[in-house]
Amino acid sequence: MCVTCGCGEGEVKIDGMAGHAHEHVHEDGSRHDHAHSHEGDHVHAHPHEHEHGATHSHAPGVGQTRMVQIEQDILAKNNAYARANRDKLAERGVFALNLVSSPGSGKTTLLCKTIDLLGSASVAVIEGDQQTSQDADRIRATGAPAIQINTGKGCHLDAHMVGHALQQLQLADGGLLMIENVGNLVCPAAFDLGEANKVVILSVTEGEDKPIKYPDMFRAATLMLLNKVDLLPHLSYDVDAAIAFARRVNPAIRVIQVSATSGQGMDEWLTYLRAGMARTTAARQQILAVLKARVAALEAQLQQAKA
Amino acid sequence: MHEMSLAEGVLQVIEDAAQRDHFSKVTAVWLEIGQLAGVEPQAMAFCFDAVTRGSVAEGARLEIVATPGVGWCMACAKSVPMNEVFGECPDCGGYQLQVTGGTELRVKELEVA
Repeated sequence: MCVTCGCGEGEVKIDGMAGHAHEHVHEDGSRHDHAHSHEGDHVHAHPHEHEHGATHSHAPGVGQTRMVQIEQDILAKNNAYARANRDKLAERGVFALNLVSSPGSGKTTLLCKTIDLLGSASVAVIEGDQQTSQDADRIRATGAPAIQINTGKGCHLDAHMVGHALQQLQLADGGLLMIENVGNLVCPAAFDLGEANKVVILSVTEGEDKPIKYPDMFRAATLMLLNKVDLLPHLSYDVDAAIAFARRVNPAIRVIQVSATSGQGMDEWLTYLRAGMARTTAARQQILAVLKARVAALEAQLQQAKA
Repeated sequence: MHEMSLAEGVLQVIEDAAQRDHFSKVTAVWLEIGQLAGVEPQAMAFCFDAVTRGSVAEGARLEIVATPGVGWCMACAKSVPMNEVFGECPDCGGYQLQVTGGTELRVKELEVA
């Protein structure tokens, strides 16, 4: 089992991969083209190897003990996978967003609408749910490539699962990757997936005070989409209060009011996406320019050596 | 309940250290958990017991060191204590606070045999 997921052994399913996402590592080991490092400190360690029958003692203080300084982040492994994902996305110039919200905030509908407006050629989607491929099916109906990750009993996506999904997914250079996390306002906050930004979606049919009830998520996000604003005339929802609560947790959070149904606010959301894509593409071109200059310098050096 | 994933992460750190430093039994584990890290110490302790069963850390004593929450108040331009992520500045009562400390999630040290 992947230590960063802890989602119940054999429960995680990723489209296009048989069974558990990590099983193949045991079966074909080095033959598999694998983006993550499993060598050395292999994560599938078998702790039972250290046990020698029933004779060992659990009593603390028995025998000689010593202290070992560790000072290591508990999320270090996940963060290493996230870095690998981020590097891979940067190489391709892909702008990646991690969409988080409670269930029922309208994430998938918003995504479908966004793909319609942006064009399916430049968008790819990773869908995270505990069960079913309903959401990926809805995305694929728009023409955009989508990979479904079923976390089984797991409450969030982690960087390791996303790394595997990235291997399966057709990413367009300079495109947009939307990672729709498991509907959950608690756990996904702690797990970096390698995205550029977390975007939290709050719908006006939920409570205005959700940002202070689930503060970690609103603090982790850089943008809040206040969704379903077409319903406001029928509700007694206080938009200003919701935004104030969000800013209380995260003074820097940007807010866009949208409705996937009426189209309100979609221009501003698309402008945000296009700006992110342009930034990521520019960064990639900079990396390429540096690499090209380096290649040219090395070739010149070779020519000199030959001469 | 991502405490379960985090407990798995703790066990992973311990098992890596066991290979590196050649020990086969852990008797105590010190975790540093920030007050603003979004982790419930009791749930963490429960999950730690569950995931370490059958491992080098089975039966190990878990010591959780809570680090206090600290934020930078933009209005007062100074560091102030924070009890919650959405807390207010104890001096000016404002919410223009950026969390600067108390989000740690670290394995500090181990007592090993």
